Amino acid sequence: MPEFFTSSPLGIGLLIVGQVLLVVVPLLVALAFLMYADRKIWAAVQMRRGPNVVGVFGLLQSFADFGKYIVKEVVVPAGADKGVFFMAPMVSLVMALIAWAVIPFNDGWVLSDINVAILYVFAVSSLEVYGVIMGGWASNSKYPFLGSLRSAAQMISYEVSIGLIIIGVILSTGSMNFGSIVQAQDGDWGIFNWYWLPHLPMLFLFLISALAETNRPPFDLPEAESELVAGYQVEYSSTPFLLFMIGELVAVVLMCALVSLLFFGGWLSPVPFLPDGIFWMVAKMLFVFFIFSMVKAITPRYRYDQLMRLGWKVFLPFSLFWVVFVAFAAKFDWFWGFYARWTVGG
Amino acid sequence: MSVFAFYLFSICVISGGLFTVISRNPVHSVLWLILAFLSSAGLFVMLGAEFVAMLLIIVYVGAVAVLFLFVVMMLDIDFAELKAEMAKYMPLALLIAVVILMQFVMAFGAWESNAAAEGLRAQVTPVDRHNTEALGLILYDQYFLLFQLSGLILLVAMIGAIVLTLRHREDVKRQDVVAQMMRDPKLAMELKDVKPGQGL
Repeated sequence: MPEFFTSSPLGIGLLIVGQVLLVVVPLLVALAFLMYADRKIWAAVQMRRGPNVVGVFGLLQSFADFGKYIVKEVVVPAGADKGVFFMAPMVSLVMALIAWAVIPFNDGWVLSDINVAILYVFAVSSLEVYGVIMGGWASNSKYPFLGSLRSAAQMISYEVSIGLIIIGVILSTGSMNFGSIVQAQDGDWGIFNWYWLPHLPMLFLFLISALAETNRPPFDLPEAESELVAGYQVEYSSTPFLLFMIGELVAVVLMCALVSLLFFGGWLSPVPFLPDGIFWMVAKMLFVFFIFSMVKAITPRYRYDQLMRLGWKVFLPFSLFWVVFVAFAAKFDWFWGFYARWTVGG
Repeated sequence: MSVFAFYLFSICVISGGLFTVISRNPVHSVLWLILAFLSSAGLFVMLGAEFVAMLLIIVYVGAVAVLFLFVVMMLDIDFAELKAEMAKYMPLALLIAVVILMQFVMAFGAWESNAAAEGLRAQVTPVDRHNTEALGLILYDQYFLLFQLSGLILLVAMIGAIVLTLRHREDVKRQDVVAQMMRDPKLAMELKDVKPGQGL
């Protein structure tokens, strides 16, 4: 029986499909509860109750919402470009999901262990902007169009600083593979070996850039409801809208996974006497998600010119300076090799 | 399996390029162009050049094509009119195309590749190291000065673009963020005790 899965084309295909489902299904189920958690945290900060009707403590609220979305009518605006209009939410969801192919959850627990994994995630997340642009343009309407133009500029601006932050981590590791990046953070001091300490300023920059990249508050200008109604999502209803929502949230969870892999040591245990494992990875992702939710609840929305100023005039020069600093620190072995975790001497 | 993938990507590249040229809507053209870029990245992956593939996606699809789309979406051009205009120049364009095709045929007809090149082409990925490392060694060790030079050329182009477009107009109101943050109620407003019936 094992030979069937390792040698015959059909068996390999089935094995790959099974592995993909093993990642995607738990992810989407977890997403339902994350959405619920997001709303509950938001409500708690504002001293409301939040969803509390469907199921115990409202736990099944997301599933009720799901059912509601898919039975609604799909409305296509007159004059919309139908093909592009329906492709946009699909692009949004697919791009958010395929990035998970290279995200490891534990040592070796990864669908595709490629050398340029971190570049792959970066490339895919730079493609996510197409869902927004296409949706805004194809709706053939003013608000969505403005929303999508804003989003295009915003996502490109913050991608630049995310790229530079990632380069800092790559310089420290000497590899673009997530497994190597996490392995490089392993050491005798547990939590103090992780990259959050040497790259502390970049951790904050990455968190803020991740919020801007995924259009989360306080940077949700593409869908700012007080000025653009809902930005690029205005004309979408029913299942296409649901796809946009899921795609957006999957991208947010992906950013949580990235933060925990790049800066918090992925599946490594914070203290040496506890075993490493997938539960650390999940716990760290939940922690980062909690921070994202809190930021959503307690910060007011940025103005557009402030957002652009922050991206180009503050983040870009600072992260560029940091790349140069890390390069020197790694090459000349400052701070007893704190910045250079190369397995082979450079 | 890899043959199947090769033909899939190749067909996508060719049809993407074809529809980029013939589609009536310029936004559709850019979307087809993106398909062509993505499929050629797939071809690079199949060659074992995964680093180049990722760079192709990040640079061309993630940045350049987004800007294309950005510009094309905002243009308000009647493309039917533009097409009619194009018909006038069609004979000239065809002539140029034929000349270039002839030149290609003549150039590649007499092409004799080096015997060593054949072997290099067959082996894109070096055996002992993966290709990101190999590229890095070539760019930053072997051709270090040339790399710096190309960076300088880009820098000059960037400064030139900024100099050409940067204008300081006096009549435009600008926001000074530091001044905005340094404002406090004591400086910005004054409380007056107004006597009834007298005013200020």
